[in-house]
Amino acid sequence: MEKLSLYVPKLVQKFEKFAPGHRACIGCGEALAVRMAFKAIGRNVIVANATGCMEIVASQLPNITWEVPWIHTLFENTSAVASGVEAAYKVMRRKGLGELPEGTKIVAIGGDGGTSDIGIQSLSGAMERGHDFTYICFDNEGYMNTGTQRSSATPFGARTTTSPPGKKSIGQFSWKKDMPAIAAAHNIPYVATATPSYPFDMMEKVAKAVATPGPAYVHVLSVCPNGWGTANAMTVRMGRLAVECGMFPLYEIENGTYKMSLDLPKLRPVTDYLKPQVRFRHLSDDNVKKIQARVELEYQKLLEKAENGSKKSKGNRKTDTAKKSER
Amino acid sequence: MAKAENELTWKDLEIGCIVTEPGSARSYSTGTWRSQRPTYDFSRCIKCGLCALYCPEGCIGPNKEGHFEANMYYCKGCGICARECWPRVITMVEEEEK
Amino acid sequence: MTTRVGVEVSIAVADAVKLCNADVVAAYPITPQTHIVEHLAELVANGELEAEYIPVESEHSAMSACLGSSATGARTFTATSSQGLALMNEVLFIASGMLPIVMAVANRALSSPLSIWGDHSDVMSVRDTGWVQIFVENGQQAIDNTICAFKIGEDKRVLLPVMVHLDGFNLTHVIEPIIFPEESEVAKFLPPNKYPLPLNPNKPVAMGDFAPPFIFTEAKWAQEFNIEKSKAVVLEVWDQFAKAFGRRYQPVEKYKTEGAKTLILTMGSFSETASVAIDEMRADGNEVGQVRLRLWRPFPFEELRQAVQNVDNLIILDRAVSVGGPVGPVASEVKSALYGLAKRPKVVSFVGGLGGRDITVNSFKDIIKKGIDIARTGSKTEFEVYGVRE
Repeated sequence: MEKLSLYVPKLVQKFEKFAPGHRACIGCGEALAVRMAFKAIGRNVIVANATGCMEIVASQLPNITWEVPWIHTLFENTSAVASGVEAAYKVMRRKGLGELPEGTKIVAIGGDGGTSDIGIQSLSGAMERGHDFTYICFDNEGYMNTGTQRSSATPFGARTTTSPPGKKSIGQFSWKKDMPAIAAAHNIPYVATATPSYPFDMMEKVAKAVATPGPAYVHVLSVCPNGWGTANAMTVRMGRLAVECGMFPLYEIENGTYKMSLDLPKLRPVTDYLKPQVRFRHLSDDNVKKIQARVELEYQKLLEKAENGSKKSKGNRKTDTAKKSER
Repeated sequence: MAKAENELTWKDLEIGCIVTEPGSARSYSTGTWRSQRPTYDFSRCIKCGLCALYCPEGCIGPNKEGHFEANMYYCKGCGICARECWPRVITMVEEEEK
Repeated sequence: MTTRVGVEVSIAVADAVKLCNADVVAAYPITPQTHIVEHLAELVANGELEAEYIPVESEHSAMSACLGSSATGARTFTATSSQGLALMNEVLFIASGMLPIVMAVANRALSSPLSIWGDHSDVMSVRDTGWVQIFVENGQQAIDNTICAFKIGEDKRVLLPVMVHLDGFNLTHVIEPIIFPEESEVAKFLPPNKYPLPLNPNKPVAMGDFAPPFIFTEAKWAQEFNIEKSKAVVLEVWDQFAKAFGRRYQPVEKYKTEGAKTLILTMGSFSETASVAIDEMRADGNEVGQVRLRLWRPFPFEELRQAVQNVDNLIILDRAVSVGGPVGPVASEVKSALYGLAKRPKVVSFVGGLGGRDITVNSFKDIIKKGIDIARTGSKTEFEVYGVRE
């Protein structure tokens, strides 16, 4: 019994930086993700938030859910605002102004729309300039706050209000934009994917991202029961299914080297993940097969990148080729 | 914030509508939203705290005996805790009219 | 010891920012403001200005970075023109909620068609953004008002962003003799920035809550009340500047208005050309004078009325067109300010100097003569366009 008491109560921060009393939907996976992410970060943090679900549910005048300094301005400029905060923080510490505590972390958060669509320019600029900040994308795969419209992060075939299936449409017509790869292409020191269904993995990754000097990017899959059409209580389970069937692989990219977070000897069939979601119910068998094939292909590519990465890190040892079958 | 929403005047607002009381949203009772509530069989509870970790509201905490229980002021009745509790301590029942 | 140098006005503005010891500069190049940000980059690179220089990837991000920087409590500066000002439009409204930022705007025509040359169409497109806006006519005014802008914006009673408008090319790219104060004198005049509620983990605040209908009206009224109140601070700062450095600025400046029956109202660097025209016309016995509008927002209703209410004719030269509407934007605002007066001048609206088209001294004389005629005979049109080849 004593061993088990080492679990959550002792390993996780008690303080809720994203306090209860927020107006997120019942069973919201994104609120869970935000809450969890901020347990991996210290009290000295400044948060820049894009317009979106998490911003709206937390900030109705005259109240605020956040217990840390927080700024929301517009939809597409979170990374630019974070750049300004970071620059001001640096120069004010240098010039001895403002009494800002040492080691303050700057974290920018936004949804998938505010990251991979409208916000991609400012994110790209901030990453290229190498600001010391962390960007966490809370990906619920659509513009959920405005009522479930498609974004570039919406998976192929999904039903949304702007990609409805019909006589001339199968639903979302494009494949999910690979934001972690785009972030990694900026040569930033740390990129990771995570989901609150794997809480300790996620908290470790967020802590690593925040501790890394320079820009860091964490892409968090946030289950949206309302938008996806899943049962409220299934939020955590859906995240697990997404990972287990390979649709949302968990990995890290440290200085360009890929590293898988989970060893999955065999992927679950994607139907296990697609069936419980109303947004995929209309899919024809052909399209499900397409999705299955594509998921397997992408996962294989990812494994190869990770293998190359581990080969590089192990140096010149040629015996690695013999160990290939272990993966 | 003692004043009701429609009693606030323009002078009650801070410059730039900045909110200076962190966490002031804690005053809002999201518990009024629920249509089902968690019930507990604590004889099975091993105090792992996973329910507290998985609660989107962050309203689950240890009671006097150390068993994890939801705060009914905030609990929206999503049922994630009941679903994830592997010793099966929690059962969701329909919220009754009081 | 103050120095008097011949220097390009853009460079001078950058030097003024250095004298003010700005903390953060967000920079995106656009003609004709580019020399300002280039010189600032040099100053930071050489360590002459201790600041963080953020070379952003668009003007929208430039103003957004300024938001973050000012919210943290740093003294923040940026510069832009026409298309950049238009691109950052939505961010301007956010800044005027509560953040002191100083921005030099090199006034340039808004596309289309594309023009890199000066006029006031970019200014007129941001009238409602809630910024304090000041027009300057020459290099000395440009640096003086850049210094004053920081003091006005950062004042605890104001906490608003300030635009300093200087004509693109006509002013930004000319070399003028400018008197630079010492950095120590500026430091005495301009205290360090102490934003009252900055982002600081020691005392957390939240900026940018959303306002449902029950409170939005109150929030907007608070903003309007604040900018109207800030006019008093503008006058106070200009007064303190006059005492410290000997040069006095006013919201509405009168030039040879004694005995004038007709006044011409101008803004920006064309005011100086118009002044020469006034000199020559008065020498010929004409009863003419000039009024220069310096404070554009908050609009100086009292000072304007006092300056013009007793003349017969008021000719207004607009360097922008409000297409399909009351065409001369400044003329329409002045007419609105004068509407309630029992005795008021006849207003004639001229539009000219668009997209870098020059207006010479003789052209100004022509405009004034034409204006007096139109005031007497009336006009079939709402406004007159000057110099269009038909």
